[in-house]
Amino acid sequence: MNLSNDSGALSPYRVLDLTEGALALCGKLLADLGADVIKVEKPGGDTSRTIGPFYQDIPHSEKSLFWWAYNVNKRGITLDIETSDGQEILKKLVRTSDFLIESFPPGYLDALGLGFGSLASINPSIIVASITPYGQAGPKANNPWCDLTAWASCGAAYITGDIDRPPLCMGFIPQISAQAASELMTAILIAHYERELSNEGQHIDLSIQESGIGVLQATVEMWDLAKLDYKRSGDRWITTSGAARRLAFKCKDGYGILLQGGGGSVRMVRASQSLVEWMSECDMAPNWLKNFDWANEYDADTLSQETIDRVETCIEGFLLTRTKQEIYKEGWDRGIMIAPVKTMEDIASDEQLIARGFWQKIEHPELEASVTYCGPFVKMSETPLTSRRRPPLIGEHNLEIYAEEMQIPKETLAILKSSGAI
Amino acid sequence: MIGEALDKRAKSKSPLSGVKVASFCWMAAGPLTARYLGMWGATVVRIESHTRPDLVRLQGPYRNGEPGVDNNAWFPTVNSSCYSASINIQTPKGKELAWKLIRWADVVASSFSPGQMEKWGLGYEEVRKVNPEVIYYRSSQLGASGPNKTRAGSGYEAAAMAGFTHISGWPDRGPVPYTGAYTDFISPRFGAAAILAALAYRRRTGKGQEIDESQAESASYLLAPVIMDYFANGRIYERQGNALPYASPHAFFPCKGDDCWCAIAVFSDTHWKDLCRIMGNPEWSRKEQYRNLLGRKQWEDEIYDLVAQWTRIRTAEEVESLLTASGIPASVVESTSYLMENDSHLKSRGFFRNIKHSVIGDHINRGPAFKFSRSEDCQFSGPALGEHNEYVFKELLGMTDEEMAEGIKEGGITTNADLPPMKGAF
Repeated sequence: MNLSNDSGALSPYRVLDLTEGALALCGKLLADLGADVIKVEKPGGDTSRTIGPFYQDIPHSEKSLFWWAYNVNKRGITLDIETSDGQEILKKLVRTSDFLIESFPPGYLDALGLGFGSLASINPSIIVASITPYGQAGPKANNPWCDLTAWASCGAAYITGDIDRPPLCMGFIPQISAQAASELMTAILIAHYERELSNEGQHIDLSIQESGIGVLQATVEMWDLAKLDYKRSGDRWITTSGAARRLAFKCKDGYGILLQGGGGSVRMVRASQSLVEWMSECDMAPNWLKNFDWANEYDADTLSQETIDRVETCIEGFLLTRTKQEIYKEGWDRGIMIAPVKTMEDIASDEQLIARGFWQKIEHPELEASVTYCGPFVKMSETPLTSRRRPPLIGEHNLEIYAEEMQIPKETLAILKSSGAI
Repeated sequence: MIGEALDKRAKSKSPLSGVKVASFCWMAAGPLTARYLGMWGATVVRIESHTRPDLVRLQGPYRNGEPGVDNNAWFPTVNSSCYSASINIQTPKGKELAWKLIRWADVVASSFSPGQMEKWGLGYEEVRKVNPEVIYYRSSQLGASGPNKTRAGSGYEAAAMAGFTHISGWPDRGPVPYTGAYTDFISPRFGAAAILAALAYRRRTGKGQEIDESQAESASYLLAPVIMDYFANGRIYERQGNALPYASPHAFFPCKGDDCWCAIAVFSDTHWKDLCRIMGNPEWSRKEQYRNLLGRKQWEDEIYDLVAQWTRIRTAEEVESLLTASGIPASVVESTSYLMENDSHLKSRGFFRNIKHSVIGDHINRGPAFKFSRSEDCQFSGPALGEHNEYVFKELLGMTDEEMAEGIKEGGITTNADLPPMKGAF
């Protein structure tokens, strides 16, 4: 309980963040909720500071947009926990901390005498959260990994992509590990809620593979009930009847996503009728489509590929004559379940995001510039999420934390610096 | 009664026992958010209606291939560990029952498009008048403020709006959207945390609040570096297959068998040397231009074909174990059946669980992705429609048999007789 400032939901709490890469997202989100998050880097800085893209395309460990995105709002110190001096300092920090998040290979902290048992003996209410590719135990627990292997091991890659090509991961990764890091935030706050009654901390073991399985749509259930092993099907979703429905349609200046349907969904029946009306107004709906019975002829339980193909051919022709902006505006105003496939440029100028203040500029005084970041991940009326500080420079808060808050004499700090501990 | 037994169990070791949630959520994103709370001990009551069943109930796979609102497995997965009360909010009696639950609840959660709860008179301003400490959570495609707030839609469109769709696929082809409503699975990780943070704050201060989650906004954190790249450098990120700027090879390689693949990622020259050694240092691998990352990036396609010649005659398991033993990231590209039947690691962790559903019987569920050293989850099957009416109305709300009968008579509590003819939605 370090800060008197109580404006954030988690303001009284301190987090030690020993994660790397996109797994650092968890700590960043806790910081947004108000926690005092201290990023603990090795002397010289995190290895993920070398990952691009870079600010103004200048490759430099203080200019990685990749690192900034996941570490904004934290304070930063450097500490070599492989030295005994470093271990002592970490233990001291644990005394005044509420959470410690780490992503080392299983067993690494134990070998340094910094495992959950040792930390809990120093601070019985500490919550230690471990995030690893396969969890703390099991035959693959120590396998080398990256986000690509996470896509493979959680089943998401196998079902994604075109059938005539290899499986696909999403075009920008890390995804599976970043979403697992956000899930870790939920796990941490579940343990926290319990701790407030029990006063006891605990160890959390999150498996990125298992977290990724949570991102699979009904494919687990398809195998369970129907012994159907879902195959990748490009931009189509295999519907209950086994027929494939297209999702992405080419338009005049890009692509749109259209959820075309009917059957038991009153909303989708109406949406499909609205689309046909729009097509009719443009003289692009054949008569049979104008009279199409979406509720009965587009029932996903019995839908045939032939019907889908017939309908899609008409829609394809029509959407080719529309722009992304028309899809966004007119399409949606008409109640059609349609959206433009936005590029980063489209997103940056999106009126909704701008109106909601999602883009937040944060000053980087040493660059004499401000940098645009993603804003609050939710809006909370009593405890608004805040962007309080830009990402830390390497070891930026060493003095503030080691000398001022922990009262380590400056002479000692000088020794620790020369020994490489900080 | 099933609910009672579970509540007892929940009270013993589940971290969120005692938390009460009235869930006006539907489809996937909202229920998956509430699922965290229920799975870890909160009492979550899902309000739904036979008159207009959740579309997730109108979707296969069905047991024995027979369509039915209680005969599929996807609904119980998405709604795991919650109770179902069937209420028609459109009727005065139903509204009265909804209010009873709102008064009872610590958390009121909804995932209807903004405006819908207000239309029913159940907006935050109304709710806080009778339950001032309530945590009122709402999740929608684009958020509850701004010019496009009333727009409703699914996670397929939200993923397109948030930028995921455009960047996914091969550079020479159109976008390949993620197989599923991506943001529906991502946004709950953020939303559940916000609810829990609000609960922590309320415990400290006694104050409730409103939480507004835009599924497109929270999910966009997974694209933050490339969004920032646009703002800082004006670069528009494009589709690039499975390529990564700082690793090569970095791809899924074909292996022996029908549609079998192995992920291989080479991040360093050491990885590359080890890979060559494992392949038996073939003549081609000695080429000067393959020695460093820049060269391997330049000749990426050529190298892919050469490495594939080696992987193609081996099983994916063999490739995975040879490479990972030398420290190179590699993994079998697991199909769903492989995950559930052949992955001995997942088996050893007990991730998949057999849970009994009142209609479809025992079936496989996904457990939580995280374990606690002390606390236990209390996962139970997602409910049949209206399955827990007795438990909810009588045990939780203290109503009598007569009051329940009146509720049914007046159309406030719906029954199977209110179901429209079954038609599939997805």
